Amino acid sequence: MNERVTDTAEKPARRLPGVEGVWVFLAADMLFFTALFVSTMIGRRDAAEVFEAGRLTLDPNYGGINTLILLTSSWFVVLAVNAAKHDRLDEIPRWLLAAFGCGVAFGISKAFEYGTKLSAGITPASSDFYMYYFILTGFHLLHVIGGSVMLLVFWKMSRRRAFDSRRLAVLESGGLYWHMVDLLWIILFPLLYLMK
Amino acid sequence: MNLLKRPGILVWFVLMLATVVTTWVLSKDIVAARTGTVAIIAIAFYKVRLVLLHFMELRHAPRGLRLFFELWVLVVAAAMIGMYLSGSAAPA
Repeated sequence: MNERVTDTAEKPARRLPGVEGVWVFLAADMLFFTALFVSTMIGRRDAAEVFEAGRLTLDPNYGGINTLILLTSSWFVVLAVNAAKHDRLDEIPRWLLAAFGCGVAFGISKAFEYGTKLSAGITPASSDFYMYYFILTGFHLLHVIGGSVMLLVFWKMSRRRAFDSRRLAVLESGGLYWHMVDLLWIILFPLLYLMK
Repeated sequence: MNLLKRPGILVWFVLMLATVVTTWVLSKDIVAARTGTVAIIAIAFYKVRLVLLHFMELRHAPRGLRLFFELWVLVVAAAMIGMYLSGSAAPA
């Protein structure tokens, strides 16, 4: 009803970022991943040795660096949305391109990581741990690829000045999705790479 | 505009620092496995909450929406720590 009311009181009015539908989608996606996290924990409890042996073959440097990449990418999207809110239109494509670059870097790093596993003969069928590893990171990678394509489209749109303080909903909703991709990885990474 | 004055820089810095500490300190053998793991999970969900509140702007969102996601963080964090502790054998 009063979505755009600002500065009416000392505190800024509460405001829904993005559109309502995107929050429903995010909640559904997060619940789907929650189910994956819980089944991984159950699998881990039932086969602790197999999980620990599998985990020890993963390189936490990949996971850690990928976390830093996604967090930075998320922040770039915050800066893009902020630039749109303040009508600094020239800035928006710059931040979006930087965020997209991070998405690509994540994908490349993941490709290398999968490459080392597959060339060592490790597949989802190798053990219960690897089944969970490939399912979780695979679903997440699909989200990263989808999000990166979205950022590229947004970059092109922002160069045509499609976003500003009055036309924010699309950019902001897409940004929310990208932050969710980031936060899912924040949980996924320790779950697979660090939990002893 | 100076990069250091950009919005969210402090949150970004805390997130980066927390990642470095969990990945390259708490997961190492100098920290007891159970203690380190519980701390790593707790820090991960603290990071998730920072992303939700600051990057996704739930801080200023309608209360119901914020409550839903804050509860999600709390419940999933508690479930993961609980399942971890019930599943991992006490150190010999």
